[in-house]
Amino acid sequence: MWNKNKRLISNLIFVGALLLTLVCIELFAPPTSMWFSVLRKVCTFSLAAVSMNLLNGFTGLFSLGQAGFMLLGAYTYAILTIPVEMRSNVFRNYGDSVINFQMPLVPALILAGLIAAFFAFLIGLPVLRLKSDYLAIATLGFAEIVRGLVQLQNFGPVTNGPDPINMFTAPKNIMAYVAISGISILIIILIINSTYGRAFKAIRDDEIAAEAMGINLAHHKRLSFIISSFFCGVSGAMMAMCNTSVSSVSFTSAMTYQILLVVVIGGIGSVSGSIIAAFIFYASSEWWLKFLDLETFTASGSKVPLLGPGFRMVVFSVLIMIIVLFFRKGIMGTREISVYDGLMKIRSLFKGKQAVKEEK
Amino acid sequence: MNIMSYLIRGLATGGQFALVAIGYTMVYGILKLINFAHGELFMVSGILMIYIVADLPTLPIWLAIALMVVLTVFIGFLIEKFAYSPLRSAPRMSVMISAIGVSYLLQNLVSYVTGGLSKQFPDIPVIGESVRFLGVKDKLTVFLSPVIALVLMVILVLIINHTKFGMSMRAVSKDFETSQLMGIKINRVISITFAIGAFLAATGSILYFAKNTGINHLSGANPGLKAFIAAVVGGIGSVPGAVVGALIIGVVESLAKAFGLADFSDVISFALLIIILVVKPTGIFGEKTTEKV
Repeated sequence: MWNKNKRLISNLIFVGALLLTLVCIELFAPPTSMWFSVLRKVCTFSLAAVSMNLLNGFTGLFSLGQAGFMLLGAYTYAILTIPVEMRSNVFRNYGDSVINFQMPLVPALILAGLIAAFFAFLIGLPVLRLKSDYLAIATLGFAEIVRGLVQLQNFGPVTNGPDPINMFTAPKNIMAYVAISGISILIIILIINSTYGRAFKAIRDDEIAAEAMGINLAHHKRLSFIISSFFCGVSGAMMAMCNTSVSSVSFTSAMTYQILLVVVIGGIGSVSGSIIAAFIFYASSEWWLKFLDLETFTASGSKVPLLGPGFRMVVFSVLIMIIVLFFRKGIMGTREISVYDGLMKIRSLFKGKQAVKEEK
Repeated sequence: MNIMSYLIRGLATGGQFALVAIGYTMVYGILKLINFAHGELFMVSGILMIYIVADLPTLPIWLAIALMVVLTVFIGFLIEKFAYSPLRSAPRMSVMISAIGVSYLLQNLVSYVTGGLSKQFPDIPVIGESVRFLGVKDKLTVFLSPVIALVLMVILVLIINHTKFGMSMRAVSKDFETSQLMGIKINRVISITFAIGAFLAATGSILYFAKNTGINHLSGANPGLKAFIAAVVGGIGSVPGAVVGALIIGVVESLAKAFGLADFSDVISFALLIIILVVKPTGIFGEKTTEKV
């Protein structure tokens, strides 16, 4: 009991310290700093990755519909939070928007999640009966269908057709992103540690054995799919806030693959892994590797070979290939970050194994 | 334009997708891997053609095509060697992630080389010429594509069913381990499968880009996805299934355009995919598998 509490407390202290660091960044970093755009993106995609992980890593349902659910969330959020006086301007190609009220941020976010969850329920009825790859293909197809439908002219008064939606409420403050993402991830962690979470893991490890133990497969699979899609919808809404503009062209299957890469790099079945991977992924692709895109000259005036626009992404994808090929389990495997265990390990390095054992 | 011309164009796209779809279906049949990099290989072969023609202007076009096909096959072979074969004993998920990684790498590499700009595919003599057939006037490649796809399919089916190598391919796709115990060199079979897939993708890319001449680093994504759907609709793992699926997808999309649903054509083919999956999960030609405890 004491040991468990120690772990929990040390993790809480760690999260607190992390939050404090974020507040410091918010307050003291220069407004042009890359921290802001990167952190917003990291919050968004760590939620997307954790929700994908809930489905792929904890329930063993391989779905590639993330982009579709994110799109639903993003559109719902964006459409609902445009100020009333701006609406006729945004929807100028279609007369006016059919919705003529503006919702506050939090209810709109929840509604974004609910709409995604509702569609997950509908699409889940037929496709959740499919196995492994076929499920992945069907959900991928669903995402593409949603993307195609949203662009249709007929839906113009609701979705603005192929034109982007903008002018909606988008907080600049990174703490807002941290809060939304943090609360959502906390809920996911609580779900994972509940009886439902245990049932999900049982289904992942062996469907037939799980069924034999009395777990209702169809019910739990549907539940996991709906919960995951809810948070996907929320992360889609966050992505809308990040970009301050929503357009269906950004929600391609390539985005789903990107989230999948984040999940895999972090470790399939590790929440903290997904978050760390999201940070590394977006910080390095958008910030740390930026110098590779610039044509740099050495002191003697000769041009450094290879560097130039686009080189950053080449290096980045090579790094990803290296991780995929040589670190198959990702950063965390299926473990979670634990400050206490980490400290103990460090201590044992200094004291030698014997001393630590005696203390216990 | 009359229905006939839409039908012919649909069959043409179908034929071009079919050549890509065979690559997906064969790799899936043997490795149970959705080779996401296949669409990118298709795009890379188009880009290679552009650079070969631009850099070696004295080379006769037929030799340029041959060189492009050889290079594409070589790249397909390299991808398998470096990205898939080290993961032979890893879970299937890892291999698929590796495939996504390769497709990401190829896209970014091409984007770096071309500067992200669209490039113009060179004029290919004979198949690029306009002809009139059945009252429809279009490039010869349009009329030729379904025929070439069917001919290559028949050759491939004959190889698979009637040669010793084909027999080993079938054995490997049935059971990896047992066929290894029976003395089949599975690595060789897999390499050759990838080489055949790459060869067909290269052929498909000439036919496709001779008609749709602008190529950038994202040009492989859509044909790749469509060909992949085609393979699933036809029954993934079956070569004739892939061709039939691709022809269906091509014609359905083209007819959707004919009835003024051009914006809707993508949606229709994906809806078709989901319907087929729900009604007959293993596709039109797929074999039913049962799971053993």
